[in-house]
Amino acid sequence: MHNQEQLSRDTIASLVMSSLHEVLFQKDQPLPDFTNGSVNLIGRQAVLDSLGLVTLIVDLEQRLEEEYGVSLILVDEHAMSQRSSPFRTVQSLTDYICRLIEEQK
Amino acid sequence: MAEREVVLITGTRKGIGRFLVEHFVQKGVIVEGCSREPLDWGLENYTHHAVDVADEVQVKAMLSSIQRRHARLDVVINNAGIASMNHTLLTPADTVDRIMATNFRGTFLVCRESAKLMKRRRYGRIVNMATVAVPMRLEGEAIYASSKGAIVTLTQILAYELAEFGITCNVVAPTPIETDLIRHVPHEKIKRIVDRLAIKRLGRFEDVANVVDFFVKSESDYITGQVIYLGGV
Repeated sequence: MHNQEQLSRDTIASLVMSSLHEVLFQKDQPLPDFTNGSVNLIGRQAVLDSLGLVTLIVDLEQRLEEEYGVSLILVDEHAMSQRSSPFRTVQSLTDYICRLIEEQK
Repeated sequence: MAEREVVLITGTRKGIGRFLVEHFVQKGVIVEGCSREPLDWGLENYTHHAVDVADEVQVKAMLSSIQRRHARLDVVINNAGIASMNHTLLTPADTVDRIMATNFRGTFLVCRESAKLMKRRRYGRIVNMATVAVPMRLEGEAIYASSKGAIVTLTQILAYELAEFGITCNVVAPTPIETDLIRHVPHEKIKRIVDRLAIKRLGRFEDVANVVDFFVKSESDYITGQVIYLGGV
């Protein structure tokens, strides 16, 4: 297990990307072009269906705990009801996880 | 990863929960369990967690512990429950919150966190507890029966949502059994309930274990979203 202190924003972004790749791979879906940073995870022209989002969120929770000892529940009422869901892009999801970890300290 | 099946049972301090612990330990599987209060008994191959099932953080911590030590979870039996028998007009709002928290929220949280572990191996058996008070519409049990009715609906919808992950979800609904839950219910009232059953006797722990065994068999992979009422309601 890595140290929780090693969890930089870049590390979390990599974790999100790696989990997303895994979900898309399992679904036999091609990887979208992430270079412009505007790929939608959910909503219009999303790369994930609802089951894909479930898998991504659960996978991230488990990897954060097993690889970094960070125990998070990513779904909370606030997040689920936000007009701009934190789950909508890789970037917003990364920001959201960073914020939750910061709030835990 | 543990080679033997891992079974989690909630509400194991006494009654049906404790009986189910002993029942599964005898089968040679690894049994984990929880209750709010500490135990005054112990058993080899049984690990106890002091957990309030209505507490999200505590439930997650318990499931994380199971994952760390066993790397698998095969069966969950949501048995933890509390009751309060009273006329609706004499039922305090706090009682409603308390019963819904343990019975419904607790079952939901344990199902959610357990399913996350089960999903990894694409295998799981979830058994939730209801009561014959739901279909019998028992007076004086409006809140208790409603909390269990909610569990039935939750289970039937979970059956659809979790089928994709190889997880089945079913309900066993016992009749009154000689446990602390009915200790304060007048004998006459229990008799009236039993008289309405097809098989006119109190339930036994073994009756519950029998249905649980059926639901959790690996061969029961085509059985989900079902409710079995004991006693013939």
